[in-house]
Amino acid sequence: MNDGSVVGRRVRKVDGFKLVTGKTAFTDDIELPDMLIGKILGSPHAHARIKRIDTRRAKALPGVHAVLTYQDVPRVPHTTAGQAWPEPSPYDTYLLDSKVRHIGDRVAAVAAETRAIAEEALRRIEVEYEVLPPVLDMEHAMDPGTPVIHDEPDSKGIDDAARNLAGEIHRELGNVAEGFKQADLILEREYRTPRQQHCAIEPHIVISWLDADNRLVIRTSTQIPFHVRRQVAMILQLPVSRVHVIKPRIGGGFGGKQEMVIEDICAALALASHRPVKLEYTRHEEFFMARTRHPQILRLKMGVKKDGTIVAHHMKVLAATGAYGGHCTTVQGNTGSKVLPLYRSPNLKFDCDVVYLNAPPAGAFRGYGCPQGFFAQESLVDEIAHELGMDPITFRLKNAIRLGDVDELSAQLGEGRKGLPRVIRSCGLPQCLERGAAAIGWKEKRNGGRRGAGRVLRGVGVACSMQGSGIAGVDFAGAFFKLNEDGSFNLQVGATDLGTGSDTVLAQIAAETLGVSLDKIIIYSSDTDFTPFDVGAYASSTTIISGGAVKKAAEKTRDAVCCFAAQLLDASPEDLTCRDNRIFAPGGKSVTMSEVAMHAFYKEKTQVMEGSSHFNTDSPPPFCATFAEVEVDTETGQVRVPHLVTAVDLGVAINPMQAEGQAEGAVAQGLGYTLAEEMVLDDAGRVINANFCDYKIFTAKDMPKLTTILVETDEPLGPYGAKSIAEVPINGVAPAVANALFDAAGIRMRRLPIRPDAVLKALRERGQAAR
Amino acid sequence: MNDLVIRVTINGEPKRWTVAPGDLLLDVLRRESYWGVKKGCETGECGACAVLLDGEAINSCLMFAAQADGRKLTTIEGIAARDQLDPIQEAFLDHGAVQCGYCTPAMVLCTKALLAHSPHPSEAEVREMLAGVFCRCTGYKKPVEAVLAASQAHAATPARPGAARTRAARRKGAKR
Repeated sequence: MNDGSVVGRRVRKVDGFKLVTGKTAFTDDIELPDMLIGKILGSPHAHARIKRIDTRRAKALPGVHAVLTYQDVPRVPHTTAGQAWPEPSPYDTYLLDSKVRHIGDRVAAVAAETRAIAEEALRRIEVEYEVLPPVLDMEHAMDPGTPVIHDEPDSKGIDDAARNLAGEIHRELGNVAEGFKQADLILEREYRTPRQQHCAIEPHIVISWLDADNRLVIRTSTQIPFHVRRQVAMILQLPVSRVHVIKPRIGGGFGGKQEMVIEDICAALALASHRPVKLEYTRHEEFFMARTRHPQILRLKMGVKKDGTIVAHHMKVLAATGAYGGHCTTVQGNTGSKVLPLYRSPNLKFDCDVVYLNAPPAGAFRGYGCPQGFFAQESLVDEIAHELGMDPITFRLKNAIRLGDVDELSAQLGEGRKGLPRVIRSCGLPQCLERGAAAIGWKEKRNGGRRGAGRVLRGVGVACSMQGSGIAGVDFAGAFFKLNEDGSFNLQVGATDLGTGSDTVLAQIAAETLGVSLDKIIIYSSDTDFTPFDVGAYASSTTIISGGAVKKAAEKTRDAVCCFAAQLLDASPEDLTCRDNRIFAPGGKSVTMSEVAMHAFYKEKTQVMEGSSHFNTDSPPPFCATFAEVEVDTETGQVRVPHLVTAVDLGVAINPMQAEGQAEGAVAQGLGYTLAEEMVLDDAGRVINANFCDYKIFTAKDMPKLTTILVETDEPLGPYGAKSIAEVPINGVAPAVANALFDAAGIRMRRLPIRPDAVLKALRERGQAAR
Repeated sequence: MNDLVIRVTINGEPKRWTVAPGDLLLDVLRRESYWGVKKGCETGECGACAVLLDGEAINSCLMFAAQADGRKLTTIEGIAARDQLDPIQEAFLDHGAVQCGYCTPAMVLCTKALLAHSPHPSEAEVREMLAGVFCRCTGYKKPVEAVLAASQAHAATPARPGAARTRAARRKGAKR
């Protein structure tokens, strides 16, 4: 813990002024001379080969400046997943290809003077397809005789392309077969989770142009500017030095922008036309051509002793990655590595197959495989506790991972490569459960699966979850400071604020370490020409990894400042302290930061400037207990959630207000996942609800009362004790609601989203329905 | 079809714009550098493009620019007086109601419209109003708190017409 004056405060966002006043902040908020509009021709077929493509009529249209097909661009296998090199995802994607693998897959791209001309140009492109049967059922994607989605010879890293198997993972700790022999009770259940979409309110958008030095500039709404630079350079066969990626403010990402979705094609259009090109997705295109959460079918088998001790746990996952395999083994690996270790068991086994389908590609999405896994595991644990006659909180506390535990499964699974063991150095899960239970009224409201009376049945449920804080041994970040004459500092970071508030949190860490007020930190983030490298905003990494870099760089800067201050104070540098924009000598004598700056600049002719990098060899988990209160209408099957409590151990909250906001936003997405959100595909592979009318996201009216409890612990590996907050609160929402439904009505809902028709059916089967 | 010339008063300034009959108000506003008007769906669902038309919040993606001829428009650019933020904007910052900020202009404008009609809205009224603006970041808790706080600041401002207060008081009474 700390007694700092800036860290731990509910300060306003440092970039808030421009956001509340609608200043030009986002990718699209500029107008370049002669800018063209780019459009992509999406495939009308889920699976087809392009036999013939003729663009002459499109090119002849006045106002059209570029038309690209696979015949016009380099063929470089790559992954669009924004991950550290070498990416653990298969290289199975091409800028443009002669085969299309989902409805909306790229067939061609145009750049024209107006949107109307661009759309007309798309209509004028003549394509003859050899239509192939689509593969749409993940349970049969690997059957013998199924059409092969990736039959191209040049893709790399696909597990078994002939079987449509993008990736597979099989790990065992101990011996589950032996473990199950010792069990007094074994339950085995199957759970299903949907294809959810991020629905950032700002769709994917890129503006690309050649600057005055003929370098390629890419202004883009991304979580991963540095990965985009590397990927685009590789795909377009340019040196990295010729690519400049700028990340302005981002209108939400949630993992959907941890992916190079359209930067490559927009840049290719800019290179082909020699004009600036803007390419943006419509909302409709988002649903066909962006990314989704991986749908999964999970089969869990858990064995316990009569006293509730878990002796074996086996999780089998079948997941669909859609047409391309970005994040396929890492997301699914997380389903095992971040979920199973929550409960101690001498015998753990994780088996997972990830298959291709002719469906929109899946990718990273807040939680990154954990919402699926925790829905299954926390539902099963609830059922086991009930069977044993144990309180579900007691059961969880008895088995949960705790301080000092070493999680070996993390080392086994890693993130697409062998990882590092995880040591629990801070754990507030018991406090999360205790405070969350009090806030929801657990004792008063709990039914324990007994039948309630009346048309509306009520109950409460709980779920626990954890996540990580950055990827151990992989994620790293840089930060750089320079001192200005008035005692302010420019802070340059590669970290990518996508609305999460990381610019504010990093500035708070900087101000705290340098002993200056927050207004003295001028932060500039994510520009590949002007800031240090950072892997990007994902894996709940920014506060701990980028924050770690900021803290280290600030300490070096402070030391440099103290060297100059020592000259003015006639003291030794190591005896000085920085606070309140001043540097103090032991006797109380002080100088202002500005005085030191002026001295360094104009007497010593030195620019105080320091930088540092940071990575961790461990990924400290934040912990969360989610409590839901539900009401189920036995006549309609409608489920309402009047109150939801999130108690989360995030280490130290650098900015509690922003931390709460992260939890509350995660819960809103989690509730959508639980009760409403699912991209529905028809028999041809077409998304039939590709708009905000038919794909329901929660509004202010739909949201329950939210209680957010920040349970602070002190994480030794985090800056000022911080872990992470952005992802973990989404994980427990679905199982807490499902468990509350059991408490209310004795029904077990094992498929998401939990729709009224399924609830009604379950109620009827249980004899609980009103009629 | 021929272009049209329309006259609007936007953020208090008279403007004369040449538009095509099919131009959406959203696109014309952005073309005229009102960048605070955001595009999220273009089908009237998300509300990111909200502006005030004669004081009422509307989705500018659902209206032809030509339909705004002779009307008064307010965008987010017209809410703050230079550096002086409106109390609504202050409340959004103080309460952490801004995350990515993409829906913030629409939320602030809708709040402006709500408080003009109903200076003391109930939480239910606030949620009803905010339901027209999708936010994927906040879970709406902090925006609701910000609007309620802004209504307090609003109430504290002297010389509000008494009629509005009475109407709100009546509504409040009816709810209970």
